[in-house]
Amino acid sequence: MNRDPSPFRTASTASTATSPTPKYANLTASTNLRYSLTRKSIYDRHLNRTKTSELSKSAFAFLFGEMVQYAQKKVYGVQDLEKKLNLHGYAVGQRFLELLLWRDGRTAKRETRILGILQFISHQLYRAIFQKQADTLEKVRENDDEYMISDNDPVVNTYISVPKEMSQLNCGAFIAGIIEAVLDGHCFPAKVTAHTAPNEMWPGRTVFLIKFEPEVLEREALRVGS
Amino acid sequence: MAKKEQASCSSTANLQPTLSQPHPSAASAAPASPQARFRYLATMVVYAVLILNKAGGLIYQRDFNPGLQKLSSNDYLILAGTFHGVHAITSQISPTNDSASSGLEVLESENFVMRCFQTLTGTKFLVFAEPRQPNLDVVVRRVYELYADYVMKNPFYQIEMPIRSEGFDRHLTSYIKPHQ
Repeated sequence: MNRDPSPFRTASTASTATSPTPKYANLTASTNLRYSLTRKSIYDRHLNRTKTSELSKSAFAFLFGEMVQYAQKKVYGVQDLEKKLNLHGYAVGQRFLELLLWRDGRTAKRETRILGILQFISHQLYRAIFQKQADTLEKVRENDDEYMISDNDPVVNTYISVPKEMSQLNCGAFIAGIIEAVLDGHCFPAKVTAHTAPNEMWPGRTVFLIKFEPEVLEREALRVGS
Repeated sequence: MAKKEQASCSSTANLQPTLSQPHPSAASAAPASPQARFRYLATMVVYAVLILNKAGGLIYQRDFNPGLQKLSSNDYLILAGTFHGVHAITSQISPTNDSASSGLEVLESENFVMRCFQTLTGTKFLVFAEPRQPNLDVVVRRVYELYADYVMKNPFYQIEMPIRSEGFDRHLTSYIKPHQ
């Protein structure tokens, strides 16, 4: 793949030069935002460059807030909104899983057991995104196919106060989407939903309920048998 | 304002224990060390917090003392509107030739002191506290900070509208209450 950004250099000089190169002239409009002054796009950077870098929490809060507002314009009802946030998260999760496994390099492992994948999510994935582990990982006692991962103070919800008329809503649906994508990526199809479960210490505690599809349990049973 | 004054007057009675505590160098201006400053905040008595939007409408009102006399919600709106007007006048009229006056900032009376802070966007924060309460500007700044965090970053808040944010309430309480 040709990664040389020189075509764009030609393009941007074209906008100021007196004789524009006709071939790339139509690219000038979008070059300013996408390419920094060094003419290097994010595709030219090494993937590990951002491994330990941090993001401004305020910037993220504003961006996420806008996302919620944008999603709100196009939905009818709380469930629809959560679904939309879940989808946004799903897109992030798909890409993030790829990146995470790539960064693990040779030590990367494909999880084949339910417990393994859940631990991968609550430890590695959570640490990579939020720099902390998920607070608990439990199994739902009544149902064999349900598991819970809880987060005492989800980063996405720090500045969000849900109004009373939408009390069902938890914007952690975004994180639920990320988890769902990672599970799907490992061939553990599941539905993941976010629920508010406050306790005295943590008023914003959120529980991610993971409900696996029946075929996952079937496979698991076969593995245990062997 | 007279009514408000009376309100804080009635509350000073049950605040006496806190007032009688030794107040190290209460009269002197700025505290020397961070520890000294902390001691000031530790004995902080804040009566109420009001937030006004840029049109002079009351968007947030909260009392922090059970002894305060209650005003009707209409009276609070009138109070906010009146203050907004007075603030506008004081920022226009200035004895010096300096045209950029910040307007009314502190209002002191026998029973309470009020500190006003106007942001660059015109939102006003009013904090009512016990008289001779030092470092009120720090308190107002902190309230502004909480507002910027838990109100402005909340996607469900409509700008210029009354604040109904549970997170803001919670953090404001945990900031002001432990000091009382």
